[in-house]
Amino acid sequence: MLFLDCDVEEPNAALFLRPALDQSEEAGILIPQVDAERCTFCDRCAQVCVWHALAVVGRRVLVFPELCHGCGSCTLNCPAGAIREVLHVMGRLEAGRAGPITFGHGILNVGQAMATPIIRQLKKKHLTPGDDRVVILDASPGTSCPVVETMRGADFVLLVTEPTPFGLHDLRLAVQVARDELGRPVGVVVNRDGVGDAGARPRLDWVDAYCAAEGLPILMRIPLDRHIAEAISDGTPLVTARPEYRPRFAALYERIAQEVAARQEAT
Amino acid sequence: MKQLVILSGKGGTGKTSVAAALAHLAAEDMPIVLADADVDAANLELVLAPTKREEHIFMGGQKAIIVADACTTCGRCAGVCRFDVPHPHPPSPLSLSHGERERGGRGGVGEVYTVDPLACEGCAACVYQCPAEAIHMEEQQAGLWFRSDTRFGPLFHAHLFAGQENSGKLVTMVKQQARLLALDEGRELLIVDGPPGIGCPVISACAGAELALVVTEPTVSGVHDLERTLGVGTANHFRVPALVLINKADLNPTHTAHIAAYCQARGIPLAGQLPYDNVVTAAMVQGQPVTVYEPAGAMASALRAVWAQVRARIASDSEGET
Repeated sequence: MLFLDCDVEEPNAALFLRPALDQSEEAGILIPQVDAERCTFCDRCAQVCVWHALAVVGRRVLVFPELCHGCGSCTLNCPAGAIREVLHVMGRLEAGRAGPITFGHGILNVGQAMATPIIRQLKKKHLTPGDDRVVILDASPGTSCPVVETMRGADFVLLVTEPTPFGLHDLRLAVQVARDELGRPVGVVVNRDGVGDAGARPRLDWVDAYCAAEGLPILMRIPLDRHIAEAISDGTPLVTARPEYRPRFAALYERIAQEVAARQEAT
Repeated sequence: MKQLVILSGKGGTGKTSVAAALAHLAAEDMPIVLADADVDAANLELVLAPTKREEHIFMGGQKAIIVADACTTCGRCAGVCRFDVPHPHPPSPLSLSHGERERGGRGGVGEVYTVDPLACEGCAACVYQCPAEAIHMEEQQAGLWFRSDTRFGPLFHAHLFAGQENSGKLVTMVKQQARLLALDEGRELLIVDGPPGIGCPVISACAGAELALVVTEPTVSGVHDLERTLGVGTANHFRVPALVLINKADLNPTHTAHIAAYCQARGIPLAGQLPYDNVVTAAMVQGQPVTVYEPAGAMASALRAVWAQVRARIASDSEGET
């Protein structure tokens, strides 16, 4: 199987899986480099760039790499063929193995604003059509573009939440993106189960009620347990700290695999 | 007017609960304004019971629109689009899909290129390359932003629509509105609840801040995440002095000591430590800052000490200015 840590802003999965990382490469976007010999300073490149990443000033073309999205429109539109593209490094990709797991992650350089190009490149490097390996992608928190980029093309989206007002609020948004916008099948894992009961009499089933109303399956519950929190804080995977969770995670995987298989048969 | 931004590298470190408690404590000492800069998971409103006063549309970037009747299905657009991912289930922004050609467009019946708005970067490269001039760009509404009143002061917050881009632009908008009101009304402190991570919304949340309070947890990734968060300002050519707050400090004393040593070695002051305590969630369930929910508890007194530190830093900064 393949594991890709797509939380390139804070890639932490390696701290748990401890892969031997033996591959490393620079990642980023292709930005324009203007050949001053060929350039006619016609300003076409600056006109077509919606990001204002190019400016023609007299007989010079200025390129602002931090504004460029690497779309290549300037190159395609240059009538003189004066633009070639060079890699603007925004981070790096690393890969290796952790036992039976092929592991890959992306690391966004501190100071870089755009995480999506790194995620896109990470997926492009590891995912090839026809590959029938099981792939687990670990997404960043939230619902904006890095999360969408991670979920695109997934057969199943597993949403991990907490039974609290914050957890429920963010779960709703994640369901909107994963299920309603991207049309992915989703399932829910309730982490720190019981935490929302603190101070609430009677017990408040925040997430349960929402999932029932929306027809979302709750596939697993991990109870609020200080000992689990302590193990995780040391980088010990839950199935190592608590071996009794191994069959539960195996069952979780089976359930998802069946769901995916059933959907593939239906289409 | 001073600006305090509250950050954390990882999500779920307790950043918003700390922001709400500081809002409560700060408002007892000075007039404040609040801004929730975590626009794709805005939680501050859940513990501040705001009353919405204004709602505004936020226009995000542009997306490509293909006029089905004009599309000749030549495929040039999909060929130039760089925002696709080769994958067993190709989720390219531009793809052939069935339908909408019954009216007898030029390309025959059945298939036409369509744009997946969630994947479209808005670069317009396809617009210029389409030989049939069938593609144009349209500005999209990407979210909403609000001005609300809370008992601690005005709150500026936003809702970025699911999967939308430009969260950095929306953060900048929310902060700008908050700053303008603070200046108008002579409010002394703007508290910004920042987003997790280190990307564009974080950079926007940090811009112009006098002080960053970085909330961290004593985990195996604590120092690593902290280092990356602290580097955001420096790498973007603005220096934001930081204070570090270790949440759930007693969960892992070894890592807590490690973080404290890291901060000491770099001259970064600690704002304090908070205990691992479910009272934070209990307060959240009641929709209250923890300092309101249990004012006499250990958590509240630890947070009061944090606020005293923050207030002292902001005050000493003012003396330096004059």
